[in-house]
Amino acid sequence: MPPHIDSGDNAWMLVSSALVLMMTGPGLALFYGGLVRKKNVLATMMQSFALMAVVTVLWAVFLFSLCFASGNGVIGGFGNLFLNGVNGAPDPDYAATIPLQTYMIYQLMFAIITPALISGAFAERMKFSAMLVFTILWSVIVYAPMAHMVWGKGGLLNASLGGKIPTLDFAGGTVVHITSGVSALVCALYMGKRVGFPRTPMQPHSVVLSFIGACLLWVGWFGFNAGSALAANSLATSAFVATHFAAAAAALGWAGMEWIRNGHPSVLGGISGAVAGLVAITPASGFVGPMAALVIGLAAGVVCYLMVAVVKSRFGYDDSLDAFGVHGAGGTLGALLTGVFAKSWVNAVFKDAKGNALPSGLLEGNAGQLMNQAIGAAIAWGLAIVGTLLILKIVDATIGVRVTEEEELQGLDLSQHGEEAYN
Amino acid sequence: MKKLEAIIRPSRFEPVKEALLEAGIDGMTVSEVRGHGRQKGHTEVYRGNEYVIDLLPKIKLEMVVQDSQVELAVTAILNSARTGKIGDGKIFVSPVEEVIRIRNEDRGDNAL
Repeated sequence: MPPHIDSGDNAWMLVSSALVLMMTGPGLALFYGGLVRKKNVLATMMQSFALMAVVTVLWAVFLFSLCFASGNGVIGGFGNLFLNGVNGAPDPDYAATIPLQTYMIYQLMFAIITPALISGAFAERMKFSAMLVFTILWSVIVYAPMAHMVWGKGGLLNASLGGKIPTLDFAGGTVVHITSGVSALVCALYMGKRVGFPRTPMQPHSVVLSFIGACLLWVGWFGFNAGSALAANSLATSAFVATHFAAAAAALGWAGMEWIRNGHPSVLGGISGAVAGLVAITPASGFVGPMAALVIGLAAGVVCYLMVAVVKSRFGYDDSLDAFGVHGAGGTLGALLTGVFAKSWVNAVFKDAKGNALPSGLLEGNAGQLMNQAIGAAIAWGLAIVGTLLILKIVDATIGVRVTEEEELQGLDLSQHGEEAYN
Repeated sequence: MKKLEAIIRPSRFEPVKEALLEAGIDGMTVSEVRGHGRQKGHTEVYRGNEYVIDLLPKIKLEMVVQDSQVELAVTAILNSARTGKIGDGKIFVSPVEEVIRIRNEDRGDNAL
């Protein structure tokens, strides 16, 4: 029987693709843009927007192929260079009821937002040219292998396509959030602090912009997680529900911690918590039930708050917009908790030879899965650290990563783009 | 002629403006400024980072009046701007050598 395109599935996946693009622009651009000082808001938004253009072109020419064409366990091959063979027919290995072209455009949106997340760490001090070269190299050296290992055919960690170390990552906890969050930490450490940090006050110039951005991220995340079911089926609904519940619990967790420690629950705390919860539920969203989602969300809100408010100030690194504290810490926590809370009644991902469901996570008796999750997370950490450090060295030695002190004081909007946000 | 500069709380601006109008002072220039005297600022916490905001928003009123109006204007400001707490602001009085109206080159008290 020839593969059959399901119009409902395809409609949902096209909408999901658009939702995930909306997470980068305007979602992340507003979220990050509001957090910087007003002399850097356009430059910060441009870092997200530029990737919408740059990664798209790379994706069309060769990046999709490196991620998803058949290759070895670590990296894809050149079978789909120039999107050769990517057309209206489905690839049943990836999604049997939608065109491979839909799958391709959906995955592109993930490849766009991942490097954009890193920009939170080097905000307010990286040269625009350096940022472009950095993210192009990063997409090839870090993102492509990680995406291939977890989602690609024959990938080492791919749980549904016979990977050697099956890791559960429904929507990109390791591929997107651990890689970007850990790379963000490496960037923050390598580039050093912003001029004047931490003595000069660097409050967010507009929590209002950040609020709008975070709420757009929340909505967009339904495309990110529920869309990762790759069909408009009951698993998509389950992931949608888990995503929403985790965000809500995490918002309460973070704001509650602030209320206890500072006496005020802040708006910025509430929205930061929601984003942390969305990060943590990402790998788990298609494997856990609603109650587990509440637990994962609450844990993410509390842990990420402590990372940002306590751990960061203790170590003194300048992760300007807390890309590591939210995405690195939240992503790692989510990857591990997926191994704890995954249930076969939500998603029977492991089956025996007769097709009967096998236990998924630790609570069902599959303790080995927690180990696999840790290995998956460790590989993502290792690849992100080594890859990012290597790329930073290359960029620094050739064009330099950081703006001059004078340009930094002037602001990146004027010095990098020749314009100002508010006139 | 004297110049009066009054730094007041933003929340007292409307009452002060009305009191001055009632006292017959019908010209003033107003700016939004930041500063502090004995009043210390407040702290804001963003993601666990504390920032001390020591320059607080204030309103600065500037007006030039005839010598005979100075006490009237000062009393109007004192009565309408005072809350009794630290941070109510100050009034500075200084002499003015000359005033010239640009439209018709009136000088001195006539130009006020």
